[in-house]
Amino acid sequence: MTINVKYFGLIAEITTCEKERILFTKKNVSEFLELLYLKYPSLKNKDFQVAQNQELVSQDALISGHELALLPPFAGG
Amino acid sequence: MADKKTKNVFKKGAISSDFIGTSIAKHQSKTTIGAHNIFLGQVRADVIDNKTVAAIEYTAYEDMANEKFHAIREATFKKFDLTCMHIYHSLGTVKAGEICLFVFASSPKRKIVFKAIEYIVEAIKADVPVFGKEIFEDETHQWKVNK
Repeated sequence: MTINVKYFGLIAEITTCEKERILFTKKNVSEFLELLYLKYPSLKNKDFQVAQNQELVSQDALISGHELALLPPFAGG
Repeated sequence: MADKKTKNVFKKGAISSDFIGTSIAKHQSKTTIGAHNIFLGQVRADVIDNKTVAAIEYTAYEDMANEKFHAIREATFKKFDLTCMHIYHSLGTVKAGEICLFVFASSPKRKIVFKAIEYIVEAIKADVPVFGKEIFEDETHQWKVNK
């Protein structure tokens, strides 16, 4: 399947884009991240959370949605 | 009457004192209110490694952020007996000394709004995907992290 992936803040600086479509056949978030680390090795040491369809999910969550987002630490307010 | 529709909380640039003043004035017709409480977040000129923060450039995962603001709103109305509440957050560049967050809670009684404002502001800091690029006077930057 193809997933829309969004990047923000420090993460978008590393990927040098704010969104992209990634073809993906694995099942869960951590498998997806392994794939992403091959493309962007320096993501591996960074602090971020993953949201699926606009809700935060854990590393072992199954990928079911069409949109993932990598969110660095929040800085609102 | 509580307005519980999902709203766009974001405003481009700093939140002006005119906007804040007008928001207060709009509540004069709501005469069941006896107490307003307001929180204003202001961009601080932090000094980090001898460099001074000149501005913060805010970005957000806007769809998720507006959902989170809505959830905070719902939870706040459930928890506190408020007449109304409003949240505005800046996007884009806000200079040091300017306002980037405006939270406004109103109730018949004061004790409720004191508690409500703290609850709302802490929830915003913890739950809403907003990101801040601290831009120094020499145009280098670092990414802000809420503590």
